Parts: sequence; structure tokens; C-alpha cells
Amino acid sequence: MTTIASLHIGELAYISEESLNEIPLKLLEMGCLPGAEVELIQLAPLNDPLYICVNGSHLAIRKETASKIQIIKAQ
Amino acid sequence: MSHKKTINVALIGNPNTGKTSLFNELTGLNQKVGNYPGVTVDKKEGHSKLQSNLKAIITDLPGTYSINPTSLDETIVLKTLLNSKSEKTPDVIVVVADVENLKRNLLLFSQVKDLEIPTVLAINMADQMKRKGITIDLKLLKKELSNEVVLLSVRKDPDIGVEEVKKAILKTYNSAKAFPLCNVNNRIDPAYFDRLKEINPKYSIYELWLMITQNSFPDKISEDEKKALLTFKNDSKNLKKYQHKETIYRYQKINEILKKTYLADRSKATDLRAKLDKVFTHKIFGYILFFTVLLLIFQSIFDWASLPMDLIDTVFANLSSYVNQTMPAGVLNNLISEGIIPGIGGIIIFIPQIAILFLFISLLEETGYMSRVVFLMDKIMRRFGMSGKSVIPLISGTACAIPAVMATRNISGWKERLITILVTPFTTCSARLPVYAIIIALIIPDKKIFGILNLQGLTLLSLYILGFITAIIAAIILHKTLKIKNTSFFVVEMPDYKLPSLKNVFFDVIEKTKAFIFGAGKIILSISIVLWFLASNGPQAYTDVEKNIIEKTVSQEITEVKLNQMIASAKLENSYIGIMGKSIEPLIKPLGYDWKIGIALISSFAAREVFVGTLATIYSVESDDDDITTIKQRMASEINPETNTKRFNFPVGMSLLVFYAFAMQCMATLAIVKRETKSWKWPLVQFVGMGVLAYICSFIVFQILS
Repeated sequence: MTTIASLHIGELAYISEESLNEIPLKLLEMGCLPGAEVELIQLAPLNDPLYICVNGSHLAIRKETASKIQIIKAQ
Repeated sequence: MSHKKTINVALIGNPNTGKTSLFNELTGLNQKVGNYPGVTVDKKEGHSKLQSNLKAIITDLPGTYSINPTSLDETIVLKTLLNSKSEKTPDVIVVVADVENLKRNLLLFSQVKDLEIPTVLAINMADQMKRKGITIDLKLLKKELSNEVVLLSVRKDPDIGVEEVKKAILKTYNSAKAFPLCNVNNRIDPAYFDRLKEINPKYSIYELWLMITQNSFPDKISEDEKKALLTFKNDSKNLKKYQHKETIYRYQKINEILKKTYLADRSKATDLRAKLDKVFTHKIFGYILFFTVLLLIFQSIFDWASLPMDLIDTVFANLSSYVNQTMPAGVLNNLISEGIIPGIGGIIIFIPQIAILFLFISLLEETGYMSRVVFLMDKIMRRFGMSGKSVIPLISGTACAIPAVMATRNISGWKERLITILVTPFTTCSARLPVYAIIIALIIPDKKIFGILNLQGLTLLSLYILGFITAIIAAIILHKTLKIKNTSFFVVEMPDYKLPSLKNVFFDVIEKTKAFIFGAGKIILSISIVLWFLASNGPQAYTDVEKNIIEKTVSQEITEVKLNQMIASAKLENSYIGIMGKSIEPLIKPLGYDWKIGIALISSFAAREVFVGTLATIYSVESDDDDITTIKQRMASEINPETNTKRFNFPVGMSLLVFYAFAMQCMATLAIVKRETKSWKWPLVQFVGMGVLAYICSFIVFQILS
């Protein structure tokens, strides 16, 4: 399963429609919507938390959350 | 429209949008911090003149991304908005948005709109538009949103911005039109929402929907209606699905509108942020930088605070002796000069340190750096059952645990927040310093080792580290033993870097310092007065002391000063607090303490630093707290009659240091913890746990060393 947690720094992807129910409401509200573009900006040591930019919002989320959100990698 | 002279206006918006800057500009010095009824969240309120005959009471609601709350602060926003049909609630809401994140900001705007409250949209940081390649068709945006919209730059042109917002508030208030933006109900399940609306058509559909999803009901709703609403709640699976659908629909609608009105040329966005992030969030440099910043902060606190602290100390000591000499002698004189003035002085003395620390924390938060620290520290802190957000309270704890405990409110996971609250008092707060200073001076030689490191300074540093390490160990134990599930999850916005607004920093420091003065101050002052009473009153033996001593010494050649000191000392021994000290003596003897230290321990429950003053009184030194050398000399020459050696020898001193490092000797913190955790259970756990730890460790230290 390809999720936000499998992105490399600087890589772009789109959030997949399938993970709608896995995205916590608060994250949805902050712009992390299916179809939205997501970029991994930085990783903390041990790859957790992740610093991402999604739909123009710069957010830090934990790996636990990131690994539930499926993505389609941009080619 | 209406004839009332005052209207209520609430500011609402995402964090980092400049909402607080706007609030500060609108209200200036006409602001105060109060409490929301029944909860502990601070309510920031101020007033502003809209027109010659119309004043607005402006409330700065806590920053939030949505009306659906996930933390204590955000719940306030919901509660304020849901009570929209009652007296004290907003007539107009100003949604403050940031031009760069307009899309996300409009989500909150759309929610507020659907509550059908007259709303103004204030898009801030408009001066950044050119730099970031953003263009907005303001006229069309107003039309599409059917709402007043103002563009402003509070930082750059505060006066223009404030005037525009005021005008928009007036216009919106006078037209008082309010209709929903999204009509979510039609898009999700019309039949379901129609049934919902039947419960009470007076409320908007969105209001009723929020009451169900958030389980939060306005004061005015009837029991029957509440029951009817609760039946809708049973289908929780649908509820969650509908909430997701609602949010997605809102974004669709917002995207539609922004497509026509908002254009951002991404290539123009500057890469300053990216460059700074590369350094500040770097896996190695990020940490080095953070610890350097911490060191600099602590260094400056010590450098800058010592002068004003000495000054305050002298002023209060002089004031005390002035009152003592000028007022007619008697109980009132004693109460004021020995109880109240030293009590107030004991509070004021901490203000320099606390204000300087909060100045730094506020600067770090304003610039956006603090979010990077949270990001860097989250994984590490999680191992200890805390969150990256726990770093701020733990640093604040080195000034005072009271504002630190209050700073835990934005930690959304309850378990993480609770652990942070419970371990924060282990960090070395400013009240421990005077105690450490005098004991270190007594037992550690003023020598340099390796030519540069001062042994006394090194001991003090070790005590700081001991505090942090104990906090971490306690957190690990709590993490393993507390069976609480973290229901909330972690997300932090990483705002763009910006220069701090001095005005915001100023108000922030004032606010937090006030929290200390009124939180701890009241308790410190009242306990000081109780202690004064216990120390200056006693049973029959107490009243006879003076007569007995004069009789005993009548044949000896002693000065009047010496006689007075003997009387004062004997009086204390026979006072209520002396009796208390003696009665706990058997308990504290294994730690190396006598009844005199026992008195100091008891009185330390007001605030730890009272220790020094109490010992000064007991050893009947001229009661001038400032003059450490005299107290120090007196303490140094105090003899333990049983062993005929010094009372404050190395083992006793170490035992005391350990005791003060661990014991929960602060009533004010206990009171705040009770308020924040809404139960006596946790302050009790803290008090007993830390007390037992302090006792055992001091016991071991004393027994091994002696």
C-alpha cells in the first residue's frame, strides 16, 4: 500500500479517494482531502513525524497517521 | 436598527492569521483577560469605538481550524457560537483569514456562515500578495460569498486595516442579514436533515447538526428537544460519514468560488521558508540550534533578572521596616509589616524571571520557530508518554509551574496532556533557586575545578538536570502505568516564518505574568498571613516567654539587641508553628532535620522560597531576607546539640537539596492542577507521589553520606 509515509523528501503525490474514511476529520478540515496534492518536505529523525505540504497547508503529522492515508504518486 | 449602545463582536480564525494582532489593534490597552464561566480557558475581551454612539465589546476567541473542537480551547469557540440566540453572544463575527491560506480559512468561514450569524470576512496579510503572486477579485468574492469582505495588513498598515474592519462590522450589523453559504443538508441526506429541522425550526440546520455531532447544547434548549436530538445521535457511523461528506462538500464549494476570484502564481512563492526549514528542522543542526537557544535563554534569565530582583528585595525590606517603625506598635503593625508586605514581596520578586522567560517563549512562538521545535521533539517526547507540544510547558516550568500547567491546554491527547501536567513541577522553578543558593553556599566550597568550572555553579546546574531527568523518569513510569487511551491525534501547523510583532509579545508576556501573580499570588499571600499568625501566636507558654527570659537574664550583662533576639527565638519555639515543627521532628529526623528545619519545611508549602525567610526568623537574624551572608553565617554556625557538629553539614545540606528538588511544596500549583484536570485526584497523586519520593531520596542521601 502506498501511503504518505512512503514518500521521499521532495516527492509529490495525490491523496487517493480510497482513504477518505481513514483521514481524521481534523486533518480533512485542514485541507488533507482526497485528490489533494501532497509533498513531503522534511522528516524528523526515525522518520517520524512527517512535515508535509498538502493543499497549500504546511503540517506536521505522525507516521501512524501518515501510514493510513493512501496516495497515488505523481509521475 | 437596534438602539442599544454596545454590541458584541467576536474574532474567530485559524491560528497564525494575525487574529490576535487585529484584536490588539482594535482594543489597544482596553483589554482584559477573564474566565469563561465554568471553564479555565482565558477569555480575552476588550472594547473599541465603532461610531460616536456605538461601542463594541470585542472577544478574541481561541484560534481554531474548525468549529468541531479537538481541544479545550476550541470547545470554547463552539460553545460561544452555539449559544447564538442568547443575550451575551456575538452580534457580528469577524472571521480573520490569512491571504496565503485562504482556502483553508474559508472552511471555518463557511461553518460560521451556516450558523446564520452576521459575519465579516477579514483577509489579513494583504501586503504579502504581490510577493507571493496572489491576486483576488474582491468585488466578485463579496458577491460569491454574499458577505462583507475586507483586505487588510494589520502589521503594515494597522490604522487603515482597523478602520476598514470597523466599517465592515457596522455595515454588517446594520443590515443584519445572515444566511447559510453551503446548505450542507441538501447535499448529504435531505430527508435526514428535514427531520432534524422539525425538532426546532428556530435553530439553523447546521446548529442542530452541531449539537448532535459535538454533544453540546445551548442553554436555552428544552429537555424534550434535547431528547429528540439525542435519538439522532445513535447512528454514530452515519454521523462520522456525514461529517466527512460535509467537509468535502464545503471544500468543493470553496474551490468553486476561489476558482473565479483567487489566483496564486506558485512560482512566485519565495523559498525563504524552505531554506530556513532546511536548517531549523535538520536532523542534527536542528537540535544543536535548539539547545543553543535554550542555553542562551537560561543564561539571559540569570543575567538580566538578578538586578531587578535585588532591587525588589531591597524595596520590600525597606518598606517593611518603614511600616514597622512608623505605624503604632500592635497586631495590625505586625500583620502588615511581617505578614502582608513580605508576602507581596515574595510574589513580586519572581516577576523579572518569569517575565523574561515568557518574553523568549513568546518570541519563539511569534516567529514560527516553536512549531519546528515541536516537530523535532515529538518522537523523543512520545517515548516518555508526552507530545512534542509538551516541550513548551516543560521549558516554562523553569520559571513557574503555574503558567506551564496552563500551557498544556493545546495538547489534544488527554494522556499526553495529563502526564505533562503531572511531571512539570519537577522542573526547577524560580522559587527553588533561593533555597538552592543558600544551601549550596553552605555546603559546597567556592572552588574551581579544572581551572574554569565553578563547583557551586556546577552543583546548581546538576540540580537543574536532576529536575529534568526526574521529570522524564516520572513520565515514563506514568506512561507505563496510566491506562488511558489517547483519543485525539497529533497535527501541528508549520506556519511561515515571520518577524515577531512586539505588541503581541508585550500583551502575551503581560497576560502570562498576570496568570502567575493572580494564580500563585493569592495563595502565597494568604498562606503568608496564616503562617504569620501561626508564628506570632501560641498557647499559654508563648505569652509567658518574654517575662521568663527577662527574669532569667536580669543578672546577666547582655545588650538589648541580643535580648530581643533571644525573646523572638524563644517565642517562635513556643508558637503554634513551633509546636508543629516539634511534632514532626521524629518524622524528619532520619533525613537529618531538626524541628527548626521542620518549621521551614511546613512554611515552604506556601512557596518554596519562604524556607530562607523562615530560617532567618527562627535563627533570629535581623529579618532582612536580602542579607544572605548574615543568614548564611548564622546557619553555618548553627550547632546540632546531639553531635556537637555543624547543623548544616554536607549530609544535611544534600538531603535538603534533594528534598526541595522532588517535593511538591507549592499549594498554588496544586490548585491550578486541580482546576486543569477537574478533579482532586491528580493534585493528590502529585502531592503524595512527589512527597514520598522526596522523603525516600533524602533519607537515602542522608544515611549514606553521614
